[in-house]
Amino acid sequence: MQDKKQDFIDQKLQDLNNDGVDRRGFLKCMAWAGTGLVWTMSGGIPVSQAFAKSADHAGKRGDFSFVQISDSHIGFNKPANPDVTATLQTAIDKINAMPHKPDFIIHTGDLSQLSKPSEFDTLDQVLKGASAKQIFFVPGEHDMLTDNGEEYLQRYGKGTKGTGWSSFDHKGVHFVGLVNVANLKAGGMGSLGHEQLEWLEDDLKGRSASTPIVLFAHIPLWTIYPDWGWGTDDSEQALSYVKRFGSVTVLNGHIHQIMQKIEGKVSFHTAMSTAFPQPAPGTAPSAGPMKVPAEQLQKVLGITDVNYVRGQHSLAVVDSTLG
Amino acid sequence: MKTKNFWAALATPMMIATLLLAGTPSVTANDQLSAAPAAVKIDNFSFGPQTVTVPVGATVTWTNADDIPHTAVSTEGVFKSKVMDTDEKFSYTFTKAGTYAYYCTIHPKMTGQIVVQ
Ligand SMILES: [Cu+2]
Repeated sequence: MQDKKQDFIDQKLQDLNNDGVDRRGFLKCMAWAGTGLVWTMSGGIPVSQAFAKSADHAGKRGDFSFVQISDSHIGFNKPANPDVTATLQTAIDKINAMPHKPDFIIHTGDLSQLSKPSEFDTLDQVLKGASAKQIFFVPGEHDMLTDNGEEYLQRYGKGTKGTGWSSFDHKGVHFVGLVNVANLKAGGMGSLGHEQLEWLEDDLKGRSASTPIVLFAHIPLWTIYPDWGWGTDDSEQALSYVKRFGSVTVLNGHIHQIMQKIEGKVSFHTAMSTAFPQPAPGTAPSAGPMKVPAEQLQKVLGITDVNYVRGQHSLAVVDSTLG
Repeated sequence: MKTKNFWAALATPMMIATLLLAGTPSVTANDQLSAAPAAVKIDNFSFGPQTVTVPVGATVTWTNADDIPHTAVSTEGVFKSKVMDTDEKFSYTFTKAGTYAYYCTIHPKMTGQIVVQ
């Protein structure tokens, strides 16, 4: 069991070493395309694209940008990454060094490993060093482990509703942070729940269809791999409310790797973790922290830079690794 | 398959016990069975074995062998573990016959059942 996982990792790293192109990931992508879904990114491929794109963007700045970070898992100390605080710090340093300053940061959950106050304290300490002063959060399942997420909500849920959902507007773009990690049902995947869906429908009602919408949540709002619970049971309902909008960007974490899908006017994207990678769907006996050699770790961790240019159909999403 | 092997392995010691205890009340044999604790290993995001059959009075112990925390929570609210981090355990003693479905509240795709007879 463990060997299979290791074989896959070795192969992946070898591909990364050769030319930065993750062939296994690419083949996977092709195979999945055959099932009727269009996957445009997987594994190492977008990394090389990201550099080309960044250079391209350097000249013409967008109206604004923000950065998504995800799955910092502060408190995790297993071999897959014995120092998750240091890699989060590297991510923040990278954000601070960006030539175009992001207006804010979105953290798409799993801030902590075990919802411990000390873990949240450490996270706050590192995030304090970010030049972008405003940070928006949604919880991951690791942040809701005790007291139905009381500790998380007290710290990061001010002004939010229910288990931590909320929305805000920024320079003409409407952002909605959703929670799909609370009150999960046996045998199911992520869940938004009736109350939150009603709130979402109401929140979007009356907004002009030309308003760009950004939905963010921890677990993907599209079904990536049900066997591992990588999806949200009632996401179809949520997506039906955004169908009439001209530009919808959905940002998720949880799976610790980049996946992208474009369906009509909706672009789905998942971010890398700042803590540890996870195997590609179905390539290991289960999900979970994947150990890579120390010198390779920064190549599989990263941040996501999102640029909004007025009048453009969709937001430009650019991933870059920590090292 | 797993269940079959389990019973095959159990059949021989049970027959010996019955032979040795011939003449003494069968209650003793039952007590000896219930004293044996059952174990569920949490590994690779699954409960193993997924179905565990124990006599009334048996204690089942879950141990988390993953690098990620898990829980074992009865769907009917009969038992509820704390969050088990790596190598942490949770035990529950079943005093009533029945089938107890449970799952991990953090990763609800993880399900299992304890059959108490
Ligand atoms: Cu679990």
